[in-house]
Amino acid sequence: MRIIPASDSSLLVEFGAVIAPEIQDQVIGLFHALQAREDAHIRNLHPGYASLLVDFDPLAITHKDVATLVESLVRAGFAKTENDSKVVEMPVCYDAEFGPDLADVATYTRLPAEEVVRLHAGAIYRVCFLGFTAGFAYLGGMPEVLHTPRLATPRRAVAAGSVGIAGGQTGIYPTQTPGGWRLIGRTPLRMFDAQAEQPTRVRAGDRVRFLAIDRAEFERRESA
Amino acid sequence: MTISVVKPGLFTTVQDLGRYGYAHLGISPAGAADALSLRIANLLVDNDENAPVLEMTLLGTTLAFEDPVIVALTGASCECKLGPDTVPANQAVAIAAGSVLQCGSTTNGARCYLAVQGGFDVPLVMGSASTDVRGSFGGFEGRRLQKGDVLRIGKARKAEPRRLQASTNEGLRWTGPVRVTRGAQCDWFSPDGYAKFLGTSYLVSEQSDRAGLRLQGEAVSPRDKRQLLTDGIPLGAIQVPQDGQPIILFVDQQTTGGYPKIASVIAADMHRIGQLWPRDEVRFTQVSIAEAVEALRAQERWLKGIFAG
Repeated sequence: MRIIPASDSSLLVEFGAVIAPEIQDQVIGLFHALQAREDAHIRNLHPGYASLLVDFDPLAITHKDVATLVESLVRAGFAKTENDSKVVEMPVCYDAEFGPDLADVATYTRLPAEEVVRLHAGAIYRVCFLGFTAGFAYLGGMPEVLHTPRLATPRRAVAAGSVGIAGGQTGIYPTQTPGGWRLIGRTPLRMFDAQAEQPTRVRAGDRVRFLAIDRAEFERRESA
Repeated sequence: MTISVVKPGLFTTVQDLGRYGYAHLGISPAGAADALSLRIANLLVDNDENAPVLEMTLLGTTLAFEDPVIVALTGASCECKLGPDTVPANQAVAIAAGSVLQCGSTTNGARCYLAVQGGFDVPLVMGSASTDVRGSFGGFEGRRLQKGDVLRIGKARKAEPRRLQASTNEGLRWTGPVRVTRGAQCDWFSPDGYAKFLGTSYLVSEQSDRAGLRLQGEAVSPRDKRQLLTDGIPLGAIQVPQDGQPIILFVDQQTTGGYPKIASVIAADMHRIGQLWPRDEVRFTQVSIAEAVEALRAQERWLKGIFAG
């Protein structure tokens, strides 16, 4: 572990430089431990693949205070959280209209499109963190054969609910934004609702499974 | 108590001091780009420092007041008229019922702030009145103001407007390089590259907004060609994509990113970033974390000291 200042108001706690489940356990463990303290001087926590950024009020606490706290929490170790047992099911329609890049992914991976869908929907993913935009979940654990580079030129608008692939990552666009991930399907579920008690459908540490649904089911779920 | 929008201006939103505690859901702080001007505006009309105000960008708003109210304008100078009269900035001004306030173009910065006594009354979303334009929530219906919008004003407490000390107006201009501390991936850049970054006068590009200010000047590509694993971005971080042109990530920033961060704007200078506009020049100078925190303390003392009486 390495703790370095990232600004006059933040520290970056790095657990490694690779994407690995043991490292993610540390990131999520520290994130939950700090969140549980409800310390008013800690303003924001940004989990990443292998690090946690801790943003705080520098008029109230110092970098040294925060580093000492982080070290003591890491030393004490993290209990397994309830998130570990929770698997969120996410229906996805892999129709060509919703997944305009499915054919390209099939070509790149040299797999039939049905096999891409079967593999994508067959895996269990972990929400590594949410970032980029409100409610965007970065999912780890995609089968290696599906790894496909992102688009050379990002789209100006990607529809909300779109499921995409970028390198070894997969994720869901919560709202309509520009985006460069290869789109292979769409979920009818609303991923982000600012007014809700819990604004995002998934949180860092959750596990996710995609459930392939047909167009009729998509429309039924969408209007529900 | 209401105010209606006659002309929205270029980009006007409701903002407070920002939405904190939700970065782990991908939610940026938003909030006033120049938080110092927001606080001064609120203190002048004796609101809470964090009360919702209007943030106007480059071209101001024209507002029709249905009721008498006390307002204050702060931030960048802009020609504001009440009928034939010029409205002075940086002081509380009483507006009569039925008046129309016309805010013109800003002259010495990008953003101007209008506080009303009682604050703009919008629902809090995740604890804040700030508009998150990308996520379409918070502020007034999650968007910038449009012609015909009717804004409600909160109930003012029995309060006395305050005045700035006569000498303060001069002190409201900040010059010199923007102060930064070393970024989390500063060592990804060669000492020469980092020196070049500190030695360059950058131009703020037209492709700049509240999410990020793109700078144009000497390219400072990292010597380390590794791919950075996406990590958290602090407010004011300066990231450098492959083309070597730095980007200051600002109040509507993405919460995580994959480009190395060479430096971070210090908290005490963040308000100055909010006043930069396209084609402005900006230079950076490095300070230590201790100096940065001391500058922030000094700014807080200064803010407490500028009010008369």
